[in-house]
Amino acid sequence: MTDVLFIEQALNGLQFGLMLFLLAAGLTIVFGVMDMINLAHGSLYMVGAFLAAWLTALSGSFWIGVAGAVLLTALFGMALEVTLLRTLYARDHLSQVLATFALILILNDGVKMVFGTDLPLSAPAALDGPVPLPLGLVYPAWRLLIIGVGLALALLLWVLVQKTRVGALVRAGASNREMSSAMGVDVARLFTLVFGLGAALCAVAGSLLGPLLAVQVGMGENILILAFVVIVIGGIGSIRGALIGSLLVGAVDTLGRTLLQHGLREALPPQWASAAGPALASIAVYVLMAGVLVWRPQGLFPVR
Amino acid sequence: MTDFRRLCSTALAAAMLLTGGAASAADKVKIGFVSTLSGPSSALGVDIRDGFQLAVKLNGGKLGGLPAEVLVSDDQFKPDVARQLFERYVKRDKVDFMTGVVFSNIMLAALPEALDNKVIYISPNAAPSSMAGKDCNPLFFAVSWPNDAYHEAAGAFANQRELKNAYLLAPNYQAGKDSLAGFKRMFKGQIVGENYTKLGQLDYAAELAEIRAAKPQALYIFLPGGMGINFIKQFVGAGLGKDMTLLLPGFSADQDVINPVGPAMAGLFNTAHWSPDFANAANRKFVAEFEKEYKRVPTLYASQGYDAAQLINAAVRDVKGKLDDPDAVRKALRAARFESVRGPFKFNNNQYPIQNYFVRTVGSDGKGGLINKSFNEPILKDHGDAYAQACPMTK
Repeated sequence: MTDVLFIEQALNGLQFGLMLFLLAAGLTIVFGVMDMINLAHGSLYMVGAFLAAWLTALSGSFWIGVAGAVLLTALFGMALEVTLLRTLYARDHLSQVLATFALILILNDGVKMVFGTDLPLSAPAALDGPVPLPLGLVYPAWRLLIIGVGLALALLLWVLVQKTRVGALVRAGASNREMSSAMGVDVARLFTLVFGLGAALCAVAGSLLGPLLAVQVGMGENILILAFVVIVIGGIGSIRGALIGSLLVGAVDTLGRTLLQHGLREALPPQWASAAGPALASIAVYVLMAGVLVWRPQGLFPVR
Repeated sequence: MTDFRRLCSTALAAAMLLTGGAASAADKVKIGFVSTLSGPSSALGVDIRDGFQLAVKLNGGKLGGLPAEVLVSDDQFKPDVARQLFERYVKRDKVDFMTGVVFSNIMLAALPEALDNKVIYISPNAAPSSMAGKDCNPLFFAVSWPNDAYHEAAGAFANQRELKNAYLLAPNYQAGKDSLAGFKRMFKGQIVGENYTKLGQLDYAAELAEIRAAKPQALYIFLPGGMGINFIKQFVGAGLGKDMTLLLPGFSADQDVINPVGPAMAGLFNTAHWSPDFANAANRKFVAEFEKEYKRVPTLYASQGYDAAQLINAAVRDVKGKLDDPDAVRKALRAARFESVRGPFKFNNNQYPIQNYFVRTVGSDGKGGLINKSFNEPILKDHGDAYAQACPMTK
């Protein structure tokens, strides 16, 4: 493996990690603050992507599409919270899982009825191709943008959570809901706001990943599993944990698919390497999660 | 009351004596159609159903001159549900034919319910190699294409283009390995790399970097459904299209992939047994009527559903509606006297098709969209499959 290829793969790992962070950030806030397992988080990501694709086609501009999708998905998320999810807070996790699983099915077929099974979504022409980097590296412009937005969003969320009053309330809610309620925090409004923020992050993820991934019904389920792995590793409710967890998962997954394969090919006879390589690569992330759970059952950065 | 009942049963027995023995024309043909019609994977099943129903409608609601009753159910992408539906249609509704299933794993789970009860299954899509060889079944007909065929055609096309080496990519499961084996069976060049990825993988950046470094002349992928859409989008975004020829199996470049990928699909090569631009009369009628009825371009799957209905139509017509003579029905099906939308079609000894395969390329439809256009000459002519010799059935 040459140095340039290694750098490119490291960049891929970072990019994949930040891609997961976009989704995991919203999931961890909702899960952490509201103690609510929301399986339909992936469906909000799907709704965001479809809205972005639809609005982009309608307005002719990708950026208008993204802005509209973020706004509409946040409103949709808040409406969902006020009408339906609010009644689930007092229930146990099993009821929440069942109800939000039902929501996945309803939203999948709802989106299909409104938009059809899939929509096209391409990056703006200026960013739709590779750009040359130093060292003779060629890297897709859109992936660089995802790295940039991912890092910016991580910083923004950190400032929001650590440095603002709303952030203080969110942190208080995450560490002890009853106590913060007793201290006079309007928990109901806070939760609606947090859920809207989570939904908005979903829409950002959906519209930025749309040019890379298929915008189709059911797109949320696949990526949701990885997002859950990320927040379990990072510690539920922690933005910092979600970021570190995402980067770890991105790095381990990419290295498993590349460096590990090269290593096995050097070390093992070819037929063993070709059998073991893909199998190990597909479980690498879960081995990481199991390892972290043994070492720190609460995740790397537990909130409670 | 008892007298009346006895009278009835006697009359019934007498009637049965009269009709029993000689085969008689049925008053209708009943078909059980089980497919995946809901959830994320439903687009294929919906297309097969719409193609099938269109053929019935264009025949005036009849198949082979008999009024057709098509019982449609959704298997929900679950093998156990499909099996229950098969049992219901076969045992309770006493259907004459079963058809509809999209996916091999679901079909193989449900199939015994039909075959063990002597009901013929017409497969509008799944045609696994396991049913083509020594386990072939006289009651199983595949009116689509054998699993390996598109991949073999792609290998042959790479030879024709004089591509010297190829890189192969597929998910790490049985169908993925079988498909690449199909490509390798035909391809005469060198395989410079073979990569098996996770099933349902989202991001292919790492694989694309490896492929860029390997510098192959041809890249062949078997990535069904959303995986293929993701890969093609990312392949184009990485700018690899200039450096190598991407070859696709037909289902990874069909209308249901062209729409979500968008303009990036233009110019890509793929292999299939059917194309919307085929000029034969049957196909022209099918494409025009399908677009009129459903306001969309038909896919491969729609054409297969349409042909499945046409095959049943021809067989029922040829036995003159005498559906209670199973041997005659089977013989009529094997003869396959219908105008397929794909052009020449006949059954092999294993009741899998012998047909032509074409290279298609994605180009403008003249209305701002994209559509597949086929090359004039087939890449594989009168092509069967590699397993037929092991099948004990004779022609």
